[in-house]
Amino acid sequence: MNATKVIQIHHVTRIEGHGNADIQIKDGKVEKCQWQIVEAPRFFEAALRGRKWHEVAHITSRICGICSIGHTLCSLKATEAAMGITVSDQTVKLRKLLINGETLQSHILHLGYLVLPDLVRQPSVIPLASTHREEVLLVVRLHRLANEMSDLIGGRTIHPQRPVVGGFAKWPSVAELEDLGKKLESASSDVMTLVDFVKSLAPNLPKFSRETEYIGLTHPTEYAFYEGDIGSTDGGTWPVNEYKGVVNEYLVPHSTAKFARNKRDAYMVGALARLNLNYDKLLPGAKKLADSVGLKPINFNPFMNNVAQLVEIAHAFEDSIQLIKKLVQKWDKEEKPVVSVKAGFGAGSVEVPRGILFHEYGYNKDGEIVWANCVIPTNQNHGNIQKDMEAFVEEIKDLPQEEIELMVEMLVRAYDPCVSCSTH
Amino acid sequence: MDKPRVAFFDFASCEGDQLQIVNLEEDLLKVVGAVDIVSFREAMKGHSDNYDIAFVEGSITRRSDEPRLMEIRKNAKILVAIGACATIGGVNLLKNFQELESVRKFVYGDKFYNYETYPARPIKAVVPVDLEIHGCPINRNEFVMAFKALLMGKKPEIPNYPVCEECKMAENICVFELGMTCMGPVTRAGCGACCVGEGSVCWGCRGFVDHPNADAEREVLAKYGLSVSDILKKFRLYTGFSEVSK
Repeated sequence: MNATKVIQIHHVTRIEGHGNADIQIKDGKVEKCQWQIVEAPRFFEAALRGRKWHEVAHITSRICGICSIGHTLCSLKATEAAMGITVSDQTVKLRKLLINGETLQSHILHLGYLVLPDLVRQPSVIPLASTHREEVLLVVRLHRLANEMSDLIGGRTIHPQRPVVGGFAKWPSVAELEDLGKKLESASSDVMTLVDFVKSLAPNLPKFSRETEYIGLTHPTEYAFYEGDIGSTDGGTWPVNEYKGVVNEYLVPHSTAKFARNKRDAYMVGALARLNLNYDKLLPGAKKLADSVGLKPINFNPFMNNVAQLVEIAHAFEDSIQLIKKLVQKWDKEEKPVVSVKAGFGAGSVEVPRGILFHEYGYNKDGEIVWANCVIPTNQNHGNIQKDMEAFVEEIKDLPQEEIELMVEMLVRAYDPCVSCSTH
Repeated sequence: MDKPRVAFFDFASCEGDQLQIVNLEEDLLKVVGAVDIVSFREAMKGHSDNYDIAFVEGSITRRSDEPRLMEIRKNAKILVAIGACATIGGVNLLKNFQELESVRKFVYGDKFYNYETYPARPIKAVVPVDLEIHGCPINRNEFVMAFKALLMGKKPEIPNYPVCEECKMAENICVFELGMTCMGPVTRAGCGACCVGEGSVCWGCRGFVDHPNADAEREVLAKYGLSVSDILKKFRLYTGFSEVSK
């Protein structure tokens, strides 16, 4: 081979935000391979300084449109940690239900609208509306249900209003929760159809493997989304307030988003990381699904993040139905958030669809932010995307240029990156 | 007649407004059927510079982003700004009220000079805008209404009265009576007072009505216990670009 291939994907499509892939292959040698983040920074952490405790989640929710529920909950947890506020069991359960709603709508959107076109070689979901009409309508139905769930619990799908420091500003009624439970149960055949459809296409995902570290929340009794310690597949657990020693953020000149590393030069977060860490805590249906596609820890193929999301869709449906049953057994619609403002520092963490998220705040005695830090899943993934891209391009460098371009875009998409969020 | 060609673009934002469009679910298929979508980076591969209507989300926060916006303006017959970041600057403006060097240093430390930024601004501060669809995020129904009007060559009706009117219609208890404070009296309606309806307050994300009675709003906020500094902060959460918030 003595041809020169120059692949400049400015910007990678069907992902959130602006990222470029710059690749040059000369005489069969990869001379350049770089994942660049060109998103405009919005300086959230600095902008928060001086704002009041009750506005903080409202503002930080705006870091991300897709995971605004997760940002809201992470923010509330950080503020509650800083002020020593504990929330009720009912609030914890309802927040878990809300985070399931976000996981569902985000994973369904990613798999159904963003990944599916690659698996049937189409530029977007639009042509699929005629070639795969039933499947597209199924995706739309499930996506709508996940959004209705987020609407009901959070008060809105994007930038939710009901969750507040100390609890909820407004509760759903028992009848509404029961109705949601019924809808989730009757959607199970749709979920199975989606699962079968994506499973049938999963063999079209590239076979690629690169050993790396996976990081996510872990919990002794549940598949952690809302609470737990930080865990690593390289070993070790840390309490959330020691997150800085895990993420070790650093700057690179070609990215407005920070990169992160722990024990190796990069690590991965997200559905595959969660599954690699918490496989044995999956609910039975989801575990059966994982087994049926051969997804067992530790799986080192980043493309399998798509399949891990599918497993989590099944898990979140099961978990939500159980949570609703527990909630309606003992329901206190009069519960009110109790907050006493005080100075202090506190960190919070939740698993958002794309991985582990951290917020940490410092407050003065008037409840105003004096210091803030947010570490986003995708900014933790950027380093791993770079390392995967290097290894993957080396493997596929002899393919035609258009094919390399498609494969590289598919690799980036497999991470379901949230680029503007990672830059924030 | 050919279908109108439509393109979507975004600048500094969370992309939540484009997500609201995706969240139209079944109606999205109808929207997609009525036009040719020629550029929508978040949802499709491929791009064309030949379009009639451009929807633009996000604020402008870097001089280096201006040429891309100007190019969009040049290509589009109709440019529609969607969402608070694009129409009024939104929460991106919060940093404008601090020293920019301190803002950059706080986030990027001693390498701050590598990370360009300037005071955030809405789209209309850089290029002329034909229509604004407000909100953080935009309201799905309002988007569909405006979209239909555009396809019929009409100008959509965007309310120019305060959120309070819709809040009364929704039979919400006034949040001032509940011990909270609210931007509803000066904020443009069109959202159905959705935040108040969900147990919160109006934060002002749709921007001011055309002639807000800002003095009366300040008086009310002061009467309900807010300090001058807190009132200013409230005005600057979303509407910092307006003269009355300076």
